[in-house]
Amino acid sequence: MKQHFLAAALALGLATAPTALSAEEITLYSGRGEALVGALIKQFETESGIKVNTRFGGSAELAALLQEEGARSPADVFWGQEGGSLSVLAPRFAPLPPAVNAAVAAPFRNDANSWVATSARTRTLAYSKERVKAADLPASVKDLANPKYKGRVAWAPTNGSFQAFVTAFRALEGDAAAKAWLVAMKDNGTKAYRNNGTQIEAIANGEVDFGLVNNYYLGRYTARDANYPVSQTHFAAGDLGNLALVAGVGIPASADNKAGAEKFIAFLISKPAQTFITDKGNEYPVIPGVPPKAGLEPYETLVKITPKVDISALADLEGTLKLLREVGLI
Amino acid sequence: MTAQPEAAPLAPPRRFRLRIPVHGPHPALLALAGLVAVGLLLPFAYLLLRALEADPAAVVGIVLRPRNLMLLGNTLALVGLVLALSTLVALPLAWLTARSDLGARRLVTVLSVLPLAIPGYVMAYALIGVSGYAGLANTLFGLRLPRPEGLSGAAFALTLYIFPYLFLNLRAALLGTDAALEETARSLGLSPGRVFLRVTLPQLIPAFASGWLVITLYVLGDFGVVALMRYEVFSYAIFTQYSAAFDRTYAAWLSLMLLAVGAVAVGAATYLGGRRRLARIGTGVARRAAPVPLGRLRPVAIAFLVLLFGTALGLPTVTLAYWMSFLTTQSAAADDLGELATVFASSLSVAGPAAVAAGVLAVPLAVLMVRYPSGFSRLLERTTYLGYGVPPLAFALAMVFLTLSLAPFAYQTRALLVLAFTLHFLALALGPPRTALMQMGVRPEQAARALGYGRWSAFLHVSGPRLRRPVAAGALLVFVVVVKELPITFLLAPPGFTTLATRVFSYTSEGLLYEAAPYAALLVVFSSLFVGLMVRYEGSR
Repeated sequence: MKQHFLAAALALGLATAPTALSAEEITLYSGRGEALVGALIKQFETESGIKVNTRFGGSAELAALLQEEGARSPADVFWGQEGGSLSVLAPRFAPLPPAVNAAVAAPFRNDANSWVATSARTRTLAYSKERVKAADLPASVKDLANPKYKGRVAWAPTNGSFQAFVTAFRALEGDAAAKAWLVAMKDNGTKAYRNNGTQIEAIANGEVDFGLVNNYYLGRYTARDANYPVSQTHFAAGDLGNLALVAGVGIPASADNKAGAEKFIAFLISKPAQTFITDKGNEYPVIPGVPPKAGLEPYETLVKITPKVDISALADLEGTLKLLREVGLI
Repeated sequence: MTAQPEAAPLAPPRRFRLRIPVHGPHPALLALAGLVAVGLLLPFAYLLLRALEADPAAVVGIVLRPRNLMLLGNTLALVGLVLALSTLVALPLAWLTARSDLGARRLVTVLSVLPLAIPGYVMAYALIGVSGYAGLANTLFGLRLPRPEGLSGAAFALTLYIFPYLFLNLRAALLGTDAALEETARSLGLSPGRVFLRVTLPQLIPAFASGWLVITLYVLGDFGVVALMRYEVFSYAIFTQYSAAFDRTYAAWLSLMLLAVGAVAVGAATYLGGRRRLARIGTGVARRAAPVPLGRLRPVAIAFLVLLFGTALGLPTVTLAYWMSFLTTQSAAADDLGELATVFASSLSVAGPAAVAAGVLAVPLAVLMVRYPSGFSRLLERTTYLGYGVPPLAFALAMVFLTLSLAPFAYQTRALLVLAFTLHFLALALGPPRTALMQMGVRPEQAARALGYGRWSAFLHVSGPRLRRPVAAGALLVFVVVVKELPITFLLAPPGFTTLATRVFSYTSEGLLYEAAPYAALLVVFSSLFVGLMVRYEGSR
């Protein structure tokens, strides 16, 4: 053990030595995985000379951590995997410079300017190539409650993106309508899965024929297997089922190095970083000048199909959870 | 003449003060135990503090809803089934490695502990992965099997990687039992089967109690496996509250509800495991039982082992290899060896000290619990187990809150991380030495003291050597679970600290299962190295 301690102490010493010398550093709490954003962070360090101390973790864990730390938090930037964590933390964020959100495409803009989107995705319908004919595809997500789809649909009630969709449903059509649809879906034998990926696998495995997922997961399966028996499509233009969601960043009010944090955020919504995000992650860029990766919808189509929902209005998660609890889904 | 004192031990025992030596516990022992108890009670205080911030009406909506009863029923069914299946696996396995002439005992022991190193999601996927479109059965034989799911699927997957908790406890107990008792029963005419049922099994009850309890607390808190198996249990509600609502207040209520269930389990287990006299009181020296020849049953035993290890170890290994086969060479070689070495060292630098600390700390605590039963020592025992039952995220948040209030300089340091692991997983290290101490009794030490040894040196020289094996077993459990732990690491690790488990998570959190496979495999290999080392050390007595 003594040797391990020495090795560990040495490693720690080596890791901290340059920190003491470098002029500037920021602390990042990242709910996005290192596998996706690690290279981006390194790139920023090289370009700016600012060292980034990153704490990777689940968005939920890190959001809880930030709340627990309060004013004593060492974090300068919070990067959430889901919009939900950003909405909940919004009151704890310092306002961003106005130019930051002005650069972002309209559907993804946070008008309150307390955080900014770094990438976007849409809700979409995944379906089996083997068992679903084009004529059977529903025009609206609401159609999935019809007897025609009984027992054939998957969803993920514990998943943050699904819950954001329910929040949007409530915001647009009211709690009663949202509840009626959830109950109808449940009575229609809709099967609950853990998340997006497991729904896609369930379709491939023949357990269900349709799944309500985010748009960027299927690409990972088809990239490996061109014959993967699952495809996806959006609903009719403007349908709630095509809701656009975001991942994004904010600066906690307690941040010590707000200037450094703002530089990091400016970097994330710059052209090179946005190109990297869409190419590596199959997500939509949030600034208009960057074309979405091949296979994603062109930007104009995206604007046309997504329902008009103010993403900043998706903050009432507690109300959504209450509804899901009432219906008995979580 | 002075023959009287020498003859005394041979006289039939009348009222032995078996557990309670003439003197009370040493003040240092009490002080240490007090500190541990405070450390373990703080998370409860934290949960209460958060719970009291809640809006009463909303609490009623969350706590008192009919669906909770359904979830509770499902949870209990799952616990029951996992306990039954684990016992069916662990008991024969422990007997084979401890009592039979099976051979290759060390190898079988290592293989029996290894499943613990496999991350739950890998085990669940391994079972699911046999079926379905991309499943092994389809790839190899063109068969699309229905997937395992629901209660049976969840119970099966959980059992396959948590049975080692029970195995290690049972094995330590079987090795520590005095053979004379069973031989006497045989000589009095009981058949081997009856001896096992009436003599051996009752002696294993404390080991069953600690193993079952740890498994119960684990199953109560697991979310990953049950979610993949589409089985709804109580931890669903807690997970959703923390991860979807980013909420600490109502999640605290749910955690307290879960802890109430855990407390019932702890109460049952301490009732079952305590109040028992396992120590030998006769004269002579305890010794190991002679290995039982398996004879014609040997093929059955071997078939059992092949089936078990094939499923618990072979299937996940094949699954990981299968996932890795999708990777291009470029993505697989993304990390250079230097960085991997750093990640290994990080995992080791917390898991090693936490395992050693928990193992060392377990000894005085076990002594206090076994030899000085009192209200305090019972409370200590229960809080140790409940500390393990606190959902890890709530436990970590409590540590954050406390460190920032009391010792901000220690916040997010390696030392704090090690301390948090030690406290949270202490219960795992406690079971085996506790059983061992119950088996030993105090008479050998009393004899040593009569021969002039002091209190400490009698303990060190007489009980010490017999505690080595169980302490190693307990520390090993802690090591293996720390290596794959996530929520506590997320919150309390120093900035930029990457372990093997967080590296795996960096891929799975983005849905990149295949890319995570090499690291999940490394995690298992890394743990196996230490399981192997520990079993070797343990056996070289």
